Amino acid sequence: MLAILVFFPIIAFIAILLGAPARLTTISVAAANLVLGIYAAFSWQCTCWSLSLPVLEKPALNLAFGFPDGMSAIMVLLTVIVTLAAVLSGKAPEGKDKLYFGSSLLISAGALGAFAATDLFFFYAFHELALIPTFLMIGMLGRGDRKETAWKITIYLGLGSIILLAGLVWLANLTGTYDIADMIAAKDKVDPASQISIAALLLVGFGTLVSLFPFHSWAAPAYASAPAPVAMLHAGVLKKFGLYGLLRIAIPLVPDGLQTWLTPLLVLLLGNILWVGFVTISQKRLDTMLGNSSVMHMGYIFLAIAALIAFPGNPLAQPAAVLLMFAHGVSIALLFGLADRIERNTGTLDLQDLGGLAKSAPKLAFIFGIAAMASIGLPGLANFSGEVLVFLSAFKGYNGTASLGPVQIACILSIWGVVISAVYMLRAYRNIFQGPAVKSTESAADLTLVDRIPAVLLVLALFAVGLYPNILLNLLK
Amino acid sequence: MNLAWILLFLPLAVAAACQLVLPKSPIVPLVSTASAVATLVISFLLLGKIETHSFNWATIGDFNLQIGIQLDRLSTGMMIVVTGVGALVHIFSLAYMKDDSAKNRYFTGLALFMFSMTGIVLANNFIMTFIFWELVGLSSYLLIGHWYQKESAADAAKKAFLCNRVGDFGFMVGILMLWGITGTLSFSEMAVPATISSGVIGAAILCIFCGAVGKSAQLPLHVWLPDAMEGPTPVSALIHAATMVAAGVYMLFRVQLSIGTEAFDGFAGTTIAYVGGFTALIAALMATQQDDIKRVLAYSTLSQLGYMVMAVGLLAGEAGMFHLFTHAWFKALLFLGSGAVIHACHHEQNIWKMGGLLKKMPITGITFFLGFAALIAVPFTSGFFSKELILEAAHEKQPLLFWIAAFVAVLTPFYMTRLFVVAFLGKAKSDNADHAHEVSPLMFIPLVILSILALIAGYGFVNAYAPAAPEHAGEFHLNFLFWVSAIALIIGAGAAFLLYAGKDKDPLSIPLFKNRFYIDGIYDHFLVRYFQDAFAAIIHFFDEFLINGLLVGGLSRGAASTGNLFRKLQSGQLQAYSFAFGLGVILVIYFTVFL
Repeated sequence: MLAILVFFPIIAFIAILLGAPARLTTISVAAANLVLGIYAAFSWQCTCWSLSLPVLEKPALNLAFGFPDGMSAIMVLLTVIVTLAAVLSGKAPEGKDKLYFGSSLLISAGALGAFAATDLFFFYAFHELALIPTFLMIGMLGRGDRKETAWKITIYLGLGSIILLAGLVWLANLTGTYDIADMIAAKDKVDPASQISIAALLLVGFGTLVSLFPFHSWAAPAYASAPAPVAMLHAGVLKKFGLYGLLRIAIPLVPDGLQTWLTPLLVLLLGNILWVGFVTISQKRLDTMLGNSSVMHMGYIFLAIAALIAFPGNPLAQPAAVLLMFAHGVSIALLFGLADRIERNTGTLDLQDLGGLAKSAPKLAFIFGIAAMASIGLPGLANFSGEVLVFLSAFKGYNGTASLGPVQIACILSIWGVVISAVYMLRAYRNIFQGPAVKSTESAADLTLVDRIPAVLLVLALFAVGLYPNILLNLLK
Repeated sequence: MNLAWILLFLPLAVAAACQLVLPKSPIVPLVSTASAVATLVISFLLLGKIETHSFNWATIGDFNLQIGIQLDRLSTGMMIVVTGVGALVHIFSLAYMKDDSAKNRYFTGLALFMFSMTGIVLANNFIMTFIFWELVGLSSYLLIGHWYQKESAADAAKKAFLCNRVGDFGFMVGILMLWGITGTLSFSEMAVPATISSGVIGAAILCIFCGAVGKSAQLPLHVWLPDAMEGPTPVSALIHAATMVAAGVYMLFRVQLSIGTEAFDGFAGTTIAYVGGFTALIAALMATQQDDIKRVLAYSTLSQLGYMVMAVGLLAGEAGMFHLFTHAWFKALLFLGSGAVIHACHHEQNIWKMGGLLKKMPITGITFFLGFAALIAVPFTSGFFSKELILEAAHEKQPLLFWIAAFVAVLTPFYMTRLFVVAFLGKAKSDNADHAHEVSPLMFIPLVILSILALIAGYGFVNAYAPAAPEHAGEFHLNFLFWVSAIALIIGAGAAFLLYAGKDKDPLSIPLFKNRFYIDGIYDHFLVRYFQDAFAAIIHFFDEFLINGLLVGGLSRGAASTGNLFRKLQSGQLQAYSFAFGLGVILVIYFTVFL
């Protein structure tokens, strides 16, 4: 009954439009979805979650949901966790409650729909559904030059989506079905020449949605401008759609085509990790720094995907990618949520204007510290478990007799990114929380008990997966 | 529940409880100390046991990452060092940190450190070592930055973490290579197939060694350790003298045992030995011109770690571990002694503002003198026996390194005698030193215990508790090596005594040594500011103007015209966004139905 999970937020959205109290409704639905989502994820093998409603007779188009494997279950889990945290952290501007909370619900519903859909059409359509409220929230409630930013990501993601669409439709036509499982069963119908072109379309299309270098420049301004719940939901959850799509659609259907593009992909992912890494170092504001860091960290998940392309059947790569997607989603959502708090409590996110905040806001400093450490891959927190598995997966096939292959070389270079992450994160932490207090931080408020609830939810998720990764890996068996 | 698991997880449980359950409670320091003492007791109970325990941590099909404990002579002996110094430092800290407003945070950090360090020592595989390796880095970061409102402390903490991270880059690459080569991550199963060329295995070992270079502060990543003295002094004793910085040596020796010394025989071993030897030399030269009592000791630590690393590189890991064992006690003693001095002198750390402390604080003074004697390798102290073994190994294998090491043996008594003469003898050189008086028993009892160990830890009967057993430990021979050491000691100590006795300011001035060979400056200004930051700014510029401007510029112009189109359609934003979305859906339906 996954459909409940997906349509619950949509029904709530309609209820809010009709006059239900926005914040209360949203939080209750998100909380209910969290409980249901956790239950669903940990029992995904049950066929009871599947549902298929015919929409069109010819060609057969079904509104179909289900968990084809543990990966979907984990993505749904990520979505419900981040959704509740996002709607709890957000504070709507005066009189904008409906838009603010309603949009958050729609984004969540779109993400859930995309991760749970087993039909290609709805897989795509739900993601698009989630993008509209994202654009709207940035355009209407964003900070800075929000109009320009909203346009930029509309065009960017719109173009990415169209390219992606072309690839998906091509695939659907070759295989003659929209059911993803049936498509994979009929993958022999995709001839080698088409594979190469389709693989390129999917890499660029999905890649743009995940801010693959050099299609990344929408991300940092968008997250800096977006209201907190949108930044949390998009960077944490929705952006993973592209990676999820590569793993769900591209890898099974066009593995040989992807092989052709392996070297370019390696170069581009190093662009994410090293190029964008250095861009991140030179940021002067926390929000753009976090935005760029989230672009950078996508490179590691692409590395796992590259490892899977280079060694078909690489057992470590997909679990590594899924673990890191989950970890990154939770940690970046936590960071964006806390950054919003810092801005509300001190009035600025400019690193130059902050300092010594740990004195007046020790709890904020403590939780931000955990989030920062998670983000730079400290063991015990989820991101490390994902990263170390990614690195191991990239060394699959190396045995010391032959020289290092391209994936291993890319892996070694990307491990340098671990140093880069530490440089900008610790620098930011140093500038914001340590040193003597300054004017903006002298009497800044700390996190209240209510503020801490969403943060603790995310921190618990980071610790659970960090201390014992098998908690998620067992779902992937 | 097995004792070994309790040993590992008790400090974590204590740290978690202190942070979550007892954040403001006055019993936190006592709980943390009790836990450290309990782990010492458990370490004695486990001494010499040979067992392994493990559970699966991350499982994917046949692949398994484990959290596993390996008890053997090496790990149980090392645990005695860690928990022994740990327990004494905790007790010392009870008094030293009594008036600190954030002492709960401090003791929580110590418990976290004990957990992390125990993990490194007990680990039975590389990934677990790496996990705790990083956690040790975190606890060190937290404790160096204990007084985070001080700019210098916050900077030092960051620097320590980053230097370690640079080392860990190589460490991770090395782990991956060794995993590929041997097909396992477990220390006990690791074997190098004969088909592997010595170049590949040597490269892998040197990558692993990078981790040790970071953690054990060898050249060129040594710069963080002297700055780490910004942390509270007991932390310097525990983490930055006796245990964490020794972890690099421990890890190297563990790797050497598991993949065999043959793999180190060749350029890998030689490189390691020379890095160690030069670190020993350069750090000792720097130590001769430092005025801060803790910094002298910090450079001395670097130098002694250089000896240990050199020993491992010379395939004499037992000697290196033996020196690690003796050094842990006498260096912890010297640091805690300097802590007592700093405490008594109202946070004065400049030796030229001390003087006459032996009379004012006799217990501290005498115990410090015993630690000093062990460090400068006065015959029949613990440091003498362990250093002789390292010199012997160098003498056999690398004559050049032997003479470097022998020269370091002149420098060590020189800078330590300088320190002792200036700070403890003569007249008080400031009011703070004049008003100093002996510290409380809680502080001097650990000093007394450590000073006894500094004297006897080199003899065979104590060596039974050490992590490794070199063949001739504690034996005395009146041979060439002895005379080299004895002459070195007399020259170094004698010269310093003649030069510094009764002086009020330093008669020597060697800017190169005082400014640490300008290495720190080069890093801060050249590497960080002009290389990394300028490079980052350039990349940022290109990112903005090339990718965002040119590549996306075309798109934006397209966007502008699309925008005009929408405006012509007199369409609001909402409609425009919906249009973009709707277009996609319509296209899908179109393709679906008509193709």
